Amino acid sequence: MSGHHQPLSNRKLITLPSLILAVLAFIALVLLAKRFAFGLGSVTNLNDGYPWGLWVVYDVVVGTGFACGGYALALVVYIANKGKYHPLVRPALLASLFGYTLGGISAFIDMGRYWNFYNMFLPDQMNLNSVMLEVGLCVTAYCTVLFIEFMPAVAEHYKMQKLKAILEKVLFVFIAIGVLLPTMHQSSLGSLLIAMGYKVDPLWQSLQLQPLFAILTAITLGFSIVIFEASFVTVGFKRSSETHILKGLGKMIQVMLSVYLVIRFGDLAMRGVLPNIFDGSFRSFMFMVETVLFVVPLVILSSPQRRNRGSMLLIAAVSMLFAGALYRFNAFLIGWTPDASNSFVYFPSTEEFLVSIGIIAMEILGYLIIVKWLPILPVDHAADHAEPHGKPASQPEQA
Amino acid sequence: MDRRNFLKLASAGAVIATSSGNAQARGNLEVPDEAVGMLFDATRCIGCRACVVACKDINGMPPEQSTPEEPWDLAMDLSADTLNIIKAYEPPQGDDGFEFIKRNCMHCVDAGCVSVCPVTAMKKDPKTGIVSHDPDACIGCRYCVAACPYNIPKYEYDEAMGQIQKCQLCNQKGVERIDNGELPGCAEVCPTGANIYGKRSDLLEEAKRRMALKPGDKYVYKLGSIDSPYGQEGEVPNYQDHIYGEKEGGGTQVLMLAGNRFEDLGMPDIPELSYAAVSETVQHSIYSNFLAPATVLGGLLYMARRNIKGSQDEEQDPNQDKSGEDRS
Repeated sequence: MSGHHQPLSNRKLITLPSLILAVLAFIALVLLAKRFAFGLGSVTNLNDGYPWGLWVVYDVVVGTGFACGGYALALVVYIANKGKYHPLVRPALLASLFGYTLGGISAFIDMGRYWNFYNMFLPDQMNLNSVMLEVGLCVTAYCTVLFIEFMPAVAEHYKMQKLKAILEKVLFVFIAIGVLLPTMHQSSLGSLLIAMGYKVDPLWQSLQLQPLFAILTAITLGFSIVIFEASFVTVGFKRSSETHILKGLGKMIQVMLSVYLVIRFGDLAMRGVLPNIFDGSFRSFMFMVETVLFVVPLVILSSPQRRNRGSMLLIAAVSMLFAGALYRFNAFLIGWTPDASNSFVYFPSTEEFLVSIGIIAMEILGYLIIVKWLPILPVDHAADHAEPHGKPASQPEQA
Repeated sequence: MDRRNFLKLASAGAVIATSSGNAQARGNLEVPDEAVGMLFDATRCIGCRACVVACKDINGMPPEQSTPEEPWDLAMDLSADTLNIIKAYEPPQGDDGFEFIKRNCMHCVDAGCVSVCPVTAMKKDPKTGIVSHDPDACIGCRYCVAACPYNIPKYEYDEAMGQIQKCQLCNQKGVERIDNGELPGCAEVCPTGANIYGKRSDLLEEAKRRMALKPGDKYVYKLGSIDSPYGQEGEVPNYQDHIYGEKEGGGTQVLMLAGNRFEDLGMPDIPELSYAAVSETVQHSIYSNFLAPATVLGGLLYMARRNIKGSQDEEQDPNQDKSGEDRS
């Protein structure tokens, strides 16, 4: 028997929110059928100037950034040996597993010639110079690793002692690989921008520094999403607060964010593009919004008093999530200059949005179902005593 | 905090950082010895679009935006159905009239599309330097579209099983005009010699020769190919002091001369070091021989093994874990 994690098996599976999520997911599936039957153009607003749209930038680039919780925590718990964060690992791994798997599926959906995707795994076809190859292979491998890292929860639930014993013996290998792979492909997601050269606005085209900015923001996004999910679980399932553990993550966000901002502005100054921030263009405005969103968590988290408050931690984490997402949107889409001689326009179509929303719905729905089915969340002693099993907990079920 | 582990992590980081510093930066790729290409002299182009028609014909591309009532081609720009296009530019002042620019694949010496393609669907012929595309390998990720500084590769968004289309200098499978000793369609039909085919080195020499001529003098412009016995006499114009494609992004095999600034004709201003070279230098610095990732993995394995043992011990003894939490 495990003393650490438990399924929320006393909660109902079918609730109003889960039904809404299921409907959103279904709409996405219908639209995807249309995409496969009639082509990318039938659903998306992609055009000859904008080869990558919402699906690549949100579902893959931002989505896998949001899925860095498992990675960031593994780094802290198993590499920096901070055992106190251990209770957060499993829920974070679950979210990462969903985020990455759906990120990978989204990439496949967006592929114009998806039936050829296996070529990425054929040594004869691989182009080792391609950043895209590295991202594709690493993401695929990491999805597998996440699945294995998650297996102990399944083994525990079905009392497969032998499997659990084997897993415990070899798990360190997968944990190590599970830290290496995201370090590689999350930095490479930034490196994707280098080859695009002048098409990426100077405010975001940092060339050699792209991988560094990408990995720094990915890890801070990872910590932020852990805070966000833990707060969501605390409020949604009416469980006791985990602020006492989360505040340490807040401190780490503060440190990494400071490093990021110093290098980021240092780079802008070195390249002489600081004046672009004030040129009054839409891009300069978006840059300022992005910067404010990065600075807000920095200000909040710089005070130990504020770090101790769950609400403040949540605000900081959410601001960081928006900052990291906007940074990636700005670099890949908003600051995109397709052609020196033409003026292409792109804004995602309603159907594109609905597919992305449906994919997010699938993630949340899957998360809700699995935490009720498998031992994912840490045992909540306080909540167990406060809420006997028989109690008709109608409020919590709304989560 | 365990300082020893922190130091180890930091030193792993240092390995990555230093290996980046030591790795050899990749410069631009060299021009293949037998590189072929085209020279487009905008001052010779009369905008007849014979090249556009020939291109559509040879490559089996349909006219664009045409209806039964208006069956002519109205292509506005390059697309998956238009691999070559002529655009007119009218200078704001002066009555020199239009100048025309021909857009098609530049067949870069150090091609971005070739560098970024994950599955080697974009290939540069080691001899001729022609950049070709293999739809059977292509996964349709469209990174080539994003990474092409000239916005050349186009994906067929309106088809369920669309593919990438680009100019392959009329030498793709089934066409093979270059291999058969013929000219690319657009060069063959050009009536004024505005666009001629040849070895890149010969074309570059020719471009320099033309720029050295005295404006107003007579000069015999070759028709079709640099080696052609046929030519057409014309008056030497005022050339811009710029051979577009000589150096742009490491050079292109399609070269251009014009009377107006290339910037005004819609050509991008690209630094001499190709973006592909920058990208590959960064990528190979981090991953050179997989030394850095292997070193890091070694460190990670060691620490994960040690620390997971610790956390498993804790798991067996809830009290110990509890005290751990209290310490925080």
